[in-house]
Amino acid sequence: MGSVVRCDRYPYVTGSSVLGIKYKDGILLASDTAGCYGSTVRYKSVERLKRIGDNTILGASGEISDFQAITNLLDELITEDWMWDDGNKLGPFEIHNYLNRVMYNRRNKFDPLWNSLVLGGIKKGKKYLGMVSMIGVHFQDNHVATGFGNHLARPIFRDEWKEDMTLEEGVKLLEKCLLVLFYRDRSAINKFQMANVTEGGITITEPFALKVNWELEAFRNPTKGAEGSW
Amino acid sequence: MDAHGPHGPYTTIMAVEYNGGVILGADSRTTTGVYVANRASDKITQLTDNVYLCRSGSAADTQVVSDYVRYFLNQHTIQLGREATVKTAATLVKELAYQNKSFLQAGMIVAGWDKYDGGSVYAVPLGGTLLRLPFATGGSGSSYLYGFLDQAWRPHMSKDEAERFVVKSIALAIARDGASGGVVRTVTVNEHGAERNFFAGDKLPLFHEEIPPGRNSLLA
Repeated sequence: MGSVVRCDRYPYVTGSSVLGIKYKDGILLASDTAGCYGSTVRYKSVERLKRIGDNTILGASGEISDFQAITNLLDELITEDWMWDDGNKLGPFEIHNYLNRVMYNRRNKFDPLWNSLVLGGIKKGKKYLGMVSMIGVHFQDNHVATGFGNHLARPIFRDEWKEDMTLEEGVKLLEKCLLVLFYRDRSAINKFQMANVTEGGITITEPFALKVNWELEAFRNPTKGAEGSW
Repeated sequence: MDAHGPHGPYTTIMAVEYNGGVILGADSRTTTGVYVANRASDKITQLTDNVYLCRSGSAADTQVVSDYVRYFLNQHTIQLGREATVKTAATLVKELAYQNKSFLQAGMIVAGWDKYDGGSVYAVPLGGTLLRLPFATGGSGSSYLYGFLDQAWRPHMSKDEAERFVVKSIALAIARDGASGGVVRTVTVNEHGAERNFFAGDKLPLFHEEIPPGRNSLLA
């Protein structure tokens, strides 16, 4: 069964951008914790970064229920892999491939999982950072972003990312982009999480907020001398 | 293909965790278009002795979902040998909502008490996302409550505080949402079981520009 063509799949509860960069010791991912319902910021503590096994982290934008289904699938995959007990563990490249198959096959059935996925990991010293979209477009790069992040964050990455950044430089770069997203993306809130994966393991931070700046002189009286404008 | 915001589900529902259990609340208006088909409906449905469901959206869809989940939980309880957990009930509701997302218009809140997690509230909005939260709202009336809840909700309320809070919230939504009205029904679930309550007419607080019933001045 399942031959019904489901063409009325709308996203309902959605997450906004996810950012990812490679740095010297591994990968950093960042996202905010908002779950939007149309234009309403309905849920303010949605975790959109998840750990997958010991060496991979996944971030998603788009429909949250589909992201929850994907994390379930990946948990089952990792558990089955662990049960083989063969001294080998699935790494980020393998999981990227698996996710790509899942997303592309759903797209072929006109029943997509409405997410843009950012996957990052490190195995045996080899760093990996990639993206899989809801229609199965997939690629790897030194820095990736979904949604609005593509337009606002990636230009900053192209300018300021460099090979072998320290953790501090990486975090500062991501925070800079998160702030821009908070100012300019209506679906973004000032509550973020970051995930860090290195050979030593995975850390996902508790939610944190950034200092915002509205103290620009030009903001005080922007329509002075031009009443009616904004 | 844009996501439509809080729409449709012509109701106000909410559930709140307090220290010791949960309080579920709802209005009692069911509309078919502009006509109030039922002014005293009961939107809080029992799933098991210790888990209840608030329903918003299509009445037919939520009734069927709750019937299935009640049936599954009944079987599960017999096999398990002890009462089902709130998490299990919520996951079943989520499974139905998620796997049938193209066909259903159901925004639901699952809340109850079990001995492992105490009082728990789970939101299952359109699409079938599952979120455990300290409190949740739903339905068209919930749009009018975001500001109030942001300001007034606090964790670790007592049972009476929480019930007053729920009644006040639903009453505020009823005051502004045409699709919500009637009485405020609450269900309190804790380790001692479940208790239904009913707040109507002059038991509800009055707000801006609302007046208490009184004698017509012509007849005074």
